[in-house]
Amino acid sequence: MSDKAIQQKIVEPEELFFKAKREKQFITGSEAVKESIKRANVDMAISYPITPQSESMHLVGDIYAQGYVKDYYRGENELGVMSAVAGASMGGVRVFTATGGQGALRAFEMFPTWAGARLPIVCAFFCRGLNSPLTIQPDTIEIGLLLDTGMIILHAETAQDLYDMILKAFIIAEEPDVHLPVAVFADGFFVTHTREMVEIAPEDIKLPPYNPYKSPVPVMDMETPPVRQMRDPFVMKSNYVSYACHASWQQEVRAAAERARKHINKYLGGLLETENEDAEILIMASGTAVSQSRAAIIRAEAEGLKVGLVKLKSLRPFPKDEIKALAKGKKAVIVPEFNITGWLAREIKSVVEDNSKVIGAPRVFGGMTMPPELILEEIRRRSK
Amino acid sequence: MNNKIYEISPGFEEIMPKDYRDLVNDGPFGKKLGVKDLGTFKELLEEHPLCAGCGLALSKRLILASLPSPENTVIVGTTGCSSLSFAQVAIHNIHSIFGNQNAVATGLKRALEIRFPDKTKDVVAMGGDGAIGDIGLGMVMHSWFRGEKFTTIMFDNEAYANTGGQESGMSQKGAVLNMAPTGKKYAKLPMPEIARDAGCVYSASVTPARPKRLEKMVRRAVILARKLGPTYIQIYCPCPTNYKFKPSESLKRTRDMEKSGAYQIKEYISPAAEELIKKFEEVK
Ligand code: SF4
Repeated sequence: MSDKAIQQKIVEPEELFFKAKREKQFITGSEAVKESIKRANVDMAISYPITPQSESMHLVGDIYAQGYVKDYYRGENELGVMSAVAGASMGGVRVFTATGGQGALRAFEMFPTWAGARLPIVCAFFCRGLNSPLTIQPDTIEIGLLLDTGMIILHAETAQDLYDMILKAFIIAEEPDVHLPVAVFADGFFVTHTREMVEIAPEDIKLPPYNPYKSPVPVMDMETPPVRQMRDPFVMKSNYVSYACHASWQQEVRAAAERARKHINKYLGGLLETENEDAEILIMASGTAVSQSRAAIIRAEAEGLKVGLVKLKSLRPFPKDEIKALAKGKKAVIVPEFNITGWLAREIKSVVEDNSKVIGAPRVFGGMTMPPELILEEIRRRSK
Repeated sequence: MNNKIYEISPGFEEIMPKDYRDLVNDGPFGKKLGVKDLGTFKELLEEHPLCAGCGLALSKRLILASLPSPENTVIVGTTGCSSLSFAQVAIHNIHSIFGNQNAVATGLKRALEIRFPDKTKDVVAMGGDGAIGDIGLGMVMHSWFRGEKFTTIMFDNEAYANTGGQESGMSQKGAVLNMAPTGKKYAKLPMPEIARDAGCVYSASVTPARPKRLEKMVRRAVILARKLGPTYIQIYCPCPTNYKFKPSESLKRTRDMEKSGAYQIKEYISPAAEELIKKFEEVK
């Protein structure tokens, strides 16, 4: 445990998020992670290196040394880290970690376990392509694989989003009616290693501490009777009662994620954001594909083509009703993505009424950047 | 911890389940009971579903009776036959996935130190030979390298029993088991020595045929872990179902294994642990 402790004033989340005077800093996405953890009143952080995530957890280590975090260490591997943060969370403290790409997959078994055990862990994922062939470049394929783990999933476009989403994720995760892990994704390098102006709250204030006794499942500390309790529901017997118990627990985990909507609306201003949503053609995207779409839209407007933009911030819960309503009567919905599988187009197709108008393109993968020209071409094609 | 926490709220005495009332009235919490008192108090393990004659069940019963402070102990279990009986243990316990118990225990122990800096909270990771010696070995050894302050206990039945009797790293050389159709090709893992070399301040192996010895080892391991660092105990847990002997012969088999030298009782104690043991064993 750290022997230092920084004096910070505890303030209400609303104060920290919305009222405190923000200062502009020209920082990288990794530094934005550090700034959010500084103010998040985190008890423990556990790290393991993987590019492009490493730098963010180095910086969290630095603020641990300064006394902002009570305990921090480098775990032995990703599965070890994801297991240890589970143990810490069950023990009733607020924990943070980060990983990405191959690391996330190596630890995969723990993510549905976190959700099933109702652990309010916040984990940042910095996307990169998966083997084989090996790549360390940005690619969002891992999000598609993690969508159905039961975690709440947010996707940051910028370092500003990353700062806000991580900080707010703790409060959303710990709401007693949610109490689930929140995964905050950002595209590796594009967000983690580039600099931008980020507005941040003063560093002498922080969130209220986590109260483990508000958990819908008992904290594992022997202070909470009754004693005959397992933290995670353990229904191994093959009988009707255990089937019903298992099934209803899974439904409850999914329902808890749905109940996060109101908190995401409150703290993040909605599950999605729109610009010019009246246009005949809409682009729907998440992460840095949104930024590339903005660049394409500016050029399209110069050619007299009107295009609207829908930025998805929350992928779980998925803004299905909002998307369905937005797509109604449109000529085309273009879904640019940084991965080969097109998981976002698939998700959108599953909720739009006439899904033949959902265009799962353009896609780049393996670490390529997305030239706005590709999006522009798609806009031109659909505008005819 | 405050033992009043187990007391039933006035007016609820009648509606609390009998098991719970028995635990409050006759359980071992805060009473410093031990193996010699078995049969005189409400035990921490009850109605488990393990096979008749299972060495795991017997060992777990003895371990639970040996804990120096059950009212302040949290157990981290893992997949395996032993996990099937954790639901029947009257102590907070965690089942996460297969083999990650020592990583989970690391986070848990550190979290409890943050939340309860002035209390002693014991964490005990318990798993079978598959979880501790094979799939989880990396996480087990790294918890030892890091000097994490909790005890690891292996239920060594020398096989993967829950999945139908496959060879494990802890099976004896030559043992014919599923997935070792022509006999296991390499020796049993030297886990007590690995534990000692990896940083455990106390490492021991024992069998349930020696309940008093087992109790002494568990108490030593748990108390030493509080102050000094990681400790390890390995317990031979005969599996009649997969090794195909009569359930009534489990203890005979255990004694035969000891006699032939196939299972050896060991105890490695670091100098610092030796010092501390003198202090707390004298006090009694
Ligand atoms: S299979 Fe073996 S180890 Fe498992 S419960 Fe039965 S006797 Fe015990």
